[in-house]
Amino acid sequence: MVKITIRGNMATALGAKLSRPDVVPAYPITPSTLFPEKISEYIADGEMDAEMIRVESEHSAMSACIGASACGARVCTASASQGISLMSEMMFIAAGMRLPVVMAVGNRALAAPINIWCDHQDTISQRDTGWLQFYAEKNQEGLDLMIIAFKVCEDKRVLLPGMVGIDAFVLTHTLEAVDVPDQKLVDEFLPKYKPELYLDPSKPMTFGSFGTPEFYQEFKYAQVKAIEKASEVIDEVFAEFKKKFGREYKKIVPYKCEDADVIILTMGSMSGTARAAVNKMREKGKKVGCCKLTVYRPFPGKEIVDLTKNAKVIAVLDRDISPGFGGALYGEVAAQFINTSEHPLITDYIIGLGGRDVLIEDFEEIYDKSIETVKKGRVEKPVEWIHLNQEVL
Amino acid sequence: MKEEKELFSVGHRACAGCGEPIAVRAILNEAGPNTVAIVCTGCLEVVSTGWPETAWEVPLIHAAFENSASVASGIEVALRKLGKKDTNVIAFGGDGGTFDIGFQALSGMLERGHNVKYVCLDNEAYMNTGIQRCSSTPYGASTTTSPAGKYSIGEDRPKKPLAAICASHDIPYTATATIAYPEDLKKKVKTALETKGPCFLHVLVPCPTGWRFSSEKTVELAKLAVGTGVFVLWELRGSNFNNINITKKLKGRKPVTEYLKTQGRFRHLFRPEIKQDVIDKIQKDIDEKCKRFGVDL
Repeated sequence: MVKITIRGNMATALGAKLSRPDVVPAYPITPSTLFPEKISEYIADGEMDAEMIRVESEHSAMSACIGASACGARVCTASASQGISLMSEMMFIAAGMRLPVVMAVGNRALAAPINIWCDHQDTISQRDTGWLQFYAEKNQEGLDLMIIAFKVCEDKRVLLPGMVGIDAFVLTHTLEAVDVPDQKLVDEFLPKYKPELYLDPSKPMTFGSFGTPEFYQEFKYAQVKAIEKASEVIDEVFAEFKKKFGREYKKIVPYKCEDADVIILTMGSMSGTARAAVNKMREKGKKVGCCKLTVYRPFPGKEIVDLTKNAKVIAVLDRDISPGFGGALYGEVAAQFINTSEHPLITDYIIGLGGRDVLIEDFEEIYDKSIETVKKGRVEKPVEWIHLNQEVL
Repeated sequence: MKEEKELFSVGHRACAGCGEPIAVRAILNEAGPNTVAIVCTGCLEVVSTGWPETAWEVPLIHAAFENSASVASGIEVALRKLGKKDTNVIAFGGDGGTFDIGFQALSGMLERGHNVKYVCLDNEAYMNTGIQRCSSTPYGASTTTSPAGKYSIGEDRPKKPLAAICASHDIPYTATATIAYPEDLKKKVKTALETKGPCFLHVLVPCPTGWRFSSEKTVELAKLAVGTGVFVLWELRGSNFNNINITKKLKGRKPVTEYLKTQGRFRHLFRPEIKQDVIDKIQKDIDEKCKRFGVDL
């Protein structure tokens, strides 16, 4: 194993390279552009035996991914933000056709106003496409999760596309030391993709049929069963990864939650800040813990309930917003408790949209608000925005 | 017939007299079974892929409306990477999926030089959604979104010259064809398949439902489109139009009224009174085009 210092995009590109994809259709977009650049370089230097398709749009990137994957090729791409919105139509189709395409994402805000910085709205908005969603906290996770994503997605019990999100700039453009897994070990962990069904002239079949009302629901049901199954497969693959490479992954990663009155839920790079804030608050005797979600789809609802059911407040941090409702993660966490008679109070904090920094003080503020909620015994304002600049409102 | 086994089988749900299956059958049988086909959303996909049945005896993928060309790009590259470079990759698109919504994907595929044979099956409107105007719709045709009326002659813009635009990408081979001349069509398919790189075939397929003619007249209509100079049969290698080969030259070209009169979509040009100015403009445009292309013998 070699240790090198690289940017997040280079880490996901390296994870892709180690996974030996056959075809990489991609279109440049900030902050993910370094991914196709690195793949192009690897190919140009003979370090990677893959075909790159320099498509004319993200829609065509995902379309070409679908075509190539349906031929039985291992396929990956990278995108972000507007690019993901543009390819959304084809993301549903990749999942519906059960094609294990893997995408590296630099999580970025959506226009308008146009903004290139960190935000989870781009991928959260695609949560219903049927893709598996992984979120990395650091570059090492970005690299590892790419390899893991291929293995989970290509599993015969799953056969679904998946994405690995790394936060715009905070990770995509930031140098961090990563352990580079040995290629031989990756090859053992992730053998060649050999689908049973593919576009084969010796065994012709039709992909992407017209599904009438008699059959459409059954297609969708089978797809949902597969992503539910993925939950189990992810655990297996995480365990196998640990055995092979020594690094441990879990769908949710709790920190000092055992006796916590307040548990703060996070996704992505802010999770490290959350732990630092928890340490600081613990020193002052505050009973607070935090937990990050590495897997968002399939949703680790059971794991979250098991972890948080004895807490007094769950403070959900959303780097996304469903206007007219609140944060997506908040709604989904709350839904897990709907049929239980007793459960923690659940509050939502909209934070860090469009690349606004998430600070240790923000976590302290959220903790204080949570304790106020505990004292009152009820939630007065379920959705709150952190760091609103009143001067420009 | 080159292949004994039909590669586009009977039992599909196309309207009686639809030109599309006639073209697809000829093209696939010419290409043979070592083919992967791509079809975009539209009539062809709806009538031939209703799960659990399929009319396709070659592997087929349908993904969406606007991306036959980019799905085909991925397929062509993957087949090459997986060592199957001898497999034909044929992408089918309707006129909506090619002239309009799929135009960008098509241009990208042509420009990147993929070894894909793209076939546009042109029936001159959005037939699958119920005869709406497309950039392929000819001047004067009445559609549901360009209806003829007191203040409307029907479609008021000329047909987009798509094959010429494709050829301008300097691709190795571009051709136009129609089902009335199957030998010409098959010859062009053969040439395209033997030519490495992206090739574009523009195939006119009359639509009895959308053009409003009796379903036994499909071939006759296609023949009239050529015979009147409405649709010129040509082929071109590269982008120098001086090298164009008119594959069906006309001796005694018929007046366009013979073509227009047979179709309900142009009926308003003759009833209740003759709209001579519109007919004259259509005829004038055809005359100019035929002169430019050197169609008349």
